[in-house]
Formats: sequence, C-alpha cells, structure tokens
Amino acid sequence: MIGRQSTSPSLVFLFRAKRGISFSSALRATTLLLCLAFVATTAIAQNGGDLRFCLRAEPKTFDPLLVDDDASLAVRYLTGGVLARINRQTQALEPELAESWKISADGKQISFKLRRGIHFSDGTPFTAEDVAFTMNRAMDPALHSSTGDSFRSGPGAIVTKVISPEQITIRFPAPVVGLDRMFDQVAIMSAHSGKKERAVLGPFVVAEYKAGSSLYLERNPNYWKKDSQGRRLPYLDSIHLDIQPNRDVEMLRFKRGELDLINTLDTDYFDRLGSASPQLVHDAGPSLDSDFVWFNQVATAPIPEYKRAWFRSTNFRRAMSAAINREDVARIVFNGHAQPAVGPISPSNKFWFNSNLKPIAYNIQAALELLKADGFHLQNGALLDKSNNPVEFSLATGAGSKPRERMAVLIQEDLGKIGVKVNIVTLDFPSLLERISQKFNYEAVILGFRNVDLDPNGQMNIWLSSAENHAWNPKQKAPETAWEAEIDKLMRAQASTSDPKKRKQSFDRVQQIIYEQAPFIYLVNNNALSAVSSSVAGATPGILFPQTYWNAERLTMNGTASARR
Amino acid sequence: MKAIRVFACVIIVAVCALSLAAGWLAPDGYARQFRETPGAPPSRAHLLGTDEVGRDRFARVLYGTRISLLLAPAAALISTALAALVGGLAGYLGGIWLKLARAFTDLFLSLPWLFLLITVRALLPLNVSPLASVLVTFLILGVLGWAASARVLSTSADALRNSDFVLQARASGLDGPRLFLIHVLPNLKPVLYAQFWISIPVFILSEANLGVLGLGVAEPLPSWGSLLRELEGLISFREEPWRLVPLLLLIVVMTSFQILLSNEEVTA
Repeated sequence: MIGRQSTSPSLVFLFRAKRGISFSSALRATTLLLCLAFVATTAIAQNGGDLRFCLRAEPKTFDPLLVDDDASLAVRYLTGGVLARINRQTQALEPELAESWKISADGKQISFKLRRGIHFSDGTPFTAEDVAFTMNRAMDPALHSSTGDSFRSGPGAIVTKVISPEQITIRFPAPVVGLDRMFDQVAIMSAHSGKKERAVLGPFVVAEYKAGSSLYLERNPNYWKKDSQGRRLPYLDSIHLDIQPNRDVEMLRFKRGELDLINTLDTDYFDRLGSASPQLVHDAGPSLDSDFVWFNQVATAPIPEYKRAWFRSTNFRRAMSAAINREDVARIVFNGHAQPAVGPISPSNKFWFNSNLKPIAYNIQAALELLKADGFHLQNGALLDKSNNPVEFSLATGAGSKPRERMAVLIQEDLGKIGVKVNIVTLDFPSLLERISQKFNYEAVILGFRNVDLDPNGQMNIWLSSAENHAWNPKQKAPETAWEAEIDKLMRAQASTSDPKKRKQSFDRVQQIIYEQAPFIYLVNNNALSAVSSSVAGATPGILFPQTYWNAERLTMNGTASARR
Repeated sequence: MKAIRVFACVIIVAVCALSLAAGWLAPDGYARQFRETPGAPPSRAHLLGTDEVGRDRFARVLYGTRISLLLAPAAALISTALAALVGGLAGYLGGIWLKLARAFTDLFLSLPWLFLLITVRALLPLNVSPLASVLVTFLILGVLGWAASARVLSTSADALRNSDFVLQARASGLDGPRLFLIHVLPNLKPVLYAQFWISIPVFILSEANLGVLGLGVAEPLPSWGSLLRELEGLISFREEPWRLVPLLLLIVVMTSFQILLSNEEVTA
C-alpha cells in the first residue's frame, strides 16, 4: 500500500517524459524515479505520520505501576518498556528489554540478562538497577500497586540482587505461577531520572496531556528496537488519543475519517460499518470474554427455601443450561459474531482451553428429563416442583447493556418452552452489585467476565470456594459441596507448581467440573470486533488487548492520511 | 384555533382506539419472537419490520402505546390527588401549614427525581411479573410526581382562602371541612384539571426516560420508553427510517396534548 501510494506520482511523471524526450533519457529518468520511489517508501516507513484514535475514558494515572483502568493501560502499553512481552498474535512470550531469563526449579526466583546500550526517553541509561527499583516499588505494600499484587504469592518481601548492569535476580518469598509472563505488565521505570514516570522505554512518550480532552504521544527518540532492515522503530511520528466516552461520536468520527481505528466495536456498529465498508472492519474470532447466567446458592440468601433447593440442584442447573439455545443467542444477539461458550476458558486461549469439552446442545427433551429426575413435572404448560410450586424466578442484569438484555429476552422465551416463567429485571449497576455481592437478594443473574489474562491463575478469586468472587456462593468457610472442594484442591494444585503440563491437567479437570455442575451457565464468547481505517498500514487486529494497535511500533500511515491532517 | 384542537383530539382518540384494537390489528402479539428474521425491514407480515430479537415492531408499538397512554393518566390521577391533598389543604389552612407544605414541596422538587426513581425502583422486589412492573413503575411516577402540582394548588388555595366569598361564608358560620368541600374545592377544579392534563405527557416522558435507561417496564412488555431505546446507536435516520415510528408517535401525541391544553387551562 505504501509503495502504491508513493509510485503513482512517479508513473505520471514518466508518462509525460516519454512524450518529448528520447528513449535513453526516459530510461535514465525511470531509473532515477525508481530510486526516488524506493527512498520515498523508506521515508514513509521511517516517518509514518500521526495515528489517531479514542480512549473511552480519562487515564486515571501515568504511573505504570498504578494502572487499573483501560485508558491508563493503553497509555502504559504504548509508552512502557517491558522485560518480556506476550505476542498478541501467537500468545507466546518474547524477549524485549531482557535478552533471556531463567526461572529457578522452585519457581521462586527469576534471573534476567538485559540488553546493553538502551536508554530511557530522557537519555538516562537503562540498567539492572532500574529493574530492581521498579520491582521493589511495585511490591511496596504502601503503593497498593495492582501490578505488584499479581506477584504476591505468599507473605514476605522480595529480594532483588543486581549482579551487574546487565544481570539481575529477583527472588520471591513463595513460588509464583506463570512468573515470566507476568512481566508483560511491568513497565520498567528509571531509578535515576528526575522525570520519573515520564522517562520511558517504550516506543512513544507522552508529549502533551489536556485533561478531559486529549493525549498526544510522540515517538521516543531513544527507542531501542529496529526492524529487520535496521530502521529504527516506531515508524509513526505520533499518536493522538482523543478522550471520548460516547461510542456514537467515536463511530461518526471514524466514518468521517477523523479517527484511524476503533479498538473494540459493538456488533451493531460492526455490521453497520461493515455493510458500507467491509474492508475497514475486522472480526478476530472469539475473544477471551464470556457471558453467563448463575443462580443464587447462598445459604443465607433471603429467597424461599424451595427455590434455594432448585438452584442448588445440579439437575436443575443443567436442565436450564440445556434449554437455552446458544446458537440463537450468538446469531441473534451478536449477529453471528459470537460462539456458543463451553466454559470459563475461551477456545481462543490456545494453551488453557480444554478441547475435550463441546458446547452444550440445545435440547428441550433432555432438559425435561433432567427436571423429571428431581421431581419436577409439567401441568397445563407450567413447570411445577415436587411440592407443586410453580417454577418462576427473576433474572437480573445491569441496565444499559443491550446485548445482555437481549440475551435475557431470548432466555425468557427458551425457558418458557419448558414451562419456566422468567421475570426479567434490569437494575442500575451499583444496585445489582450490592444485591449479588452483599445482600444476596436475587435469584438469577446474567453477567459476564472481561478476561485480560490468559493464565487461569488469575481466576483464583473466582473458583476458590472461599473467594469473594465465587459468585453463586461466595466466602464459604469450608466448601459446601464435594465438587467445590475438588475445584479448591485442583486450583491450589495448579498454583503450587510451575510445570505447565501439570497445571494444564489440573485446570482441564476444573473446566470439566464446571461444565458438569454448571454453577455458571456459560452462554457465548463474543468475537473481538474492531475497525481500522485503510490509511493505516500494518495492522493485524487480534483478540488480546490492545486488539488493533498491539504492534503500534510497526504501524504506518499512508500519504493520504498525512495530507489529511 | 378551535379546528386545530379538534384535530388534536381526533389524533389522541385515534391513537387510543388503535392501541385498544392491538389484539385484532396485530394478532401475533408483542412477545412472539420470529427468530429467523431479527431486525427485518417492513414487509407484509411485519408492517414496521421486526426488532433485534425478531418481535413484530407494529404489534409492539400498538401495545406499547396502550400501556403508555392508559397508565400515564392513572399516574396523573394519583399525583393530582396527592397534590390536592397536600397543596390544596395547606393553602386552605394557611399559616404555618402553608409554610411547612411549601418547604416540603420545595425540598421534594429539589431532589434529583431520576435518581430518586432509580433508587425506589432498585428497592422493590425483583420477582414481579411484567404486568406488575408496569403498575409499579407508573405508581412510583404518580407517587413521586405530585410536588410541582402541589406548589400550584397551594398558591391557588391560598388565594381562595382570602377571597371575599370565602370570607363571607366564614362570616356566615361555615368553617372546617364543610367550607373546604363546598366553597374551596369546587373553585380549585380548573387548576386540578389543568394539573391533571399537564401531568399526563410529563409521565409519558418520564416513563420513556426510565425505559431508555432500561429501568422502565419489564420485558417482554413494550412501552414507548423501551421502544425508543431502539434508537440508541442509530447514526443515520435514512438507514432504517421505520425505527423512528415510536418517536414520531410520541411527538405527535405530546403535541396533541399540548394543543388541547389551551393557555387558559394551563394558567387557570
């Protein structure tokens, strides 16, 4: 695309030349122009213009260790330099500032060999001391760093040992599962620079920030990486980030050509844009996110005892699961841009997904059989339990989420076919959260998880029966069911070893139990949808954050886009 | 001017009649999902197309109109009755009662009503049928929407209390509830009527606001609010103009109500 843009004017000139000049002159001119075209191509790759897109909220911090929101995460990704980076396409861990690393057999220690001759954006040299400074700061309890928290596997402090300017060893008080991959989130800070977090090792630096309006990133002149032809990265001159929470406005501006990409698109927008300009939209396949329904199984919840008995019955939950037509949910709610979900791990998570599990088939007969085993029976089209209580429950969700409201409407009709009456309730999110996490005053809920971590260890706070986010029955003093006890055991087992095979084995079994017991009735994994303008070259949208600009350092803008601005 | 009021009246009556004939005009009902044709454009089978989950939009508009148009007057009745009780009585009693009522009304008016509605809605039990949710929504609107009318009524009642004919009635020995019922209340009637008619479009819009936030009438029942939610994300009206029908209907009905309410009634 770059070549095409740059050679077009040359061909026009050549055509004019042929009319009045001799063949040899024309040949010389052609050679000269081809050389110019090559130089122009290189120049465009070197000076890739200004990329423009929206952040949907104000970044809460520029301190890379305090990042907790999407906007700050985006800024950290574009400006921060890390020791190792997860390739967003292959999902493999690749060396960055560290040339290599080694994890000790006990999983408590990691040793890095760092690259030489790297400087921060302000010119300060990068050494092992910076890594030590960053890790010590991240693990400082007073800082309350969520980045540091993910390394906290046991009580005690970390020990950093700077062996030489290029070598460092970090020792943790207890084994840390998936230790090396966690460094994808640790942007190294300078121990000596007076600019603090403004001195960065990533491809871009924050040049200007207008609160509530925009953020302007410029190319880091000291960025260490070069492409295969020895050209210094990044290609782009700058990135302009507009803070714009309104998705309609974002879409309109993209259509007008004022923005170059939209990182995550809703299905409606995707189809509308795709119908007019199919080349601009990208469906990267199932994302790591999932939506699901769960029933309240809390022993002290203020719900009738007979309903608690339904919700605690595996047969009841499995019957509800079998009576939901997931294919229809994917087709109608997400216009086909979703896949029926199997469990907590999306098929896109290549290593951790248990491929032996298949989506639960829509089968009303099977659902009725399961219910019959528990004494449920149909009477005049209504399902009654063994004490003749009509099966009726409320299904709550957060107001404002159209996909979830539509899913609830489909589920309402699907369950109506087996005689179950579902009352849909939409609540403002804080009220819903209070009901499901504090008062437990609800019956069934439809919500979802936005997964950003490939490693299931990040889901410990969901699957352990003692966890706060064990949504269907949180904070249990001791596991109330045998299968929850088994999940506890397996989750602890996978967290206590650094052997990926053993960990996978344990988590495969966890997925199997969740599939069989259906504490969460998984519905769909929606696809990662994005839009990239034709003025951007080199974008290959993926499923992992940041979907469209994960390779920002290699993106370029064509001439049209540069001229436009 | 008279002709336009007749025209507005005809429109309201026609819309009401159409909504009451929904069962006959749209026999498929508002809840049936035609899953093979979600988001379909208008056709002979579906005059206004289908919504995102394949429900007939024409049926939903008719049933939604029925709900919004029939229950808004009910809510207006509740709020006007409450306003008469608080405002009318305080104005009639005067003195400290009037001051207290005005302070209370001002306090009530200063509350952010939308958040109040959301809070009250969130406190209600979850497991209620869609029909009950409709009644609850409009009941909340009626119970919370009395303050503005009460302010107007208290002023009118206060003026009546000091009027010559009330003074004369009082001088003749008439006092207490009898004076209020025989002389004050009948003279408050025009204000009460005006407040009632003014409240109807306000409640229709309030329900629409709640519906747009997803906090109004529960699925699968339609209302104008839930129908207007379909317009979210509609960037170009030219793409699917039939989706604008609920909005146009709302505008037409609201305008008709405004035309019907002449200046004298509003300021009575």
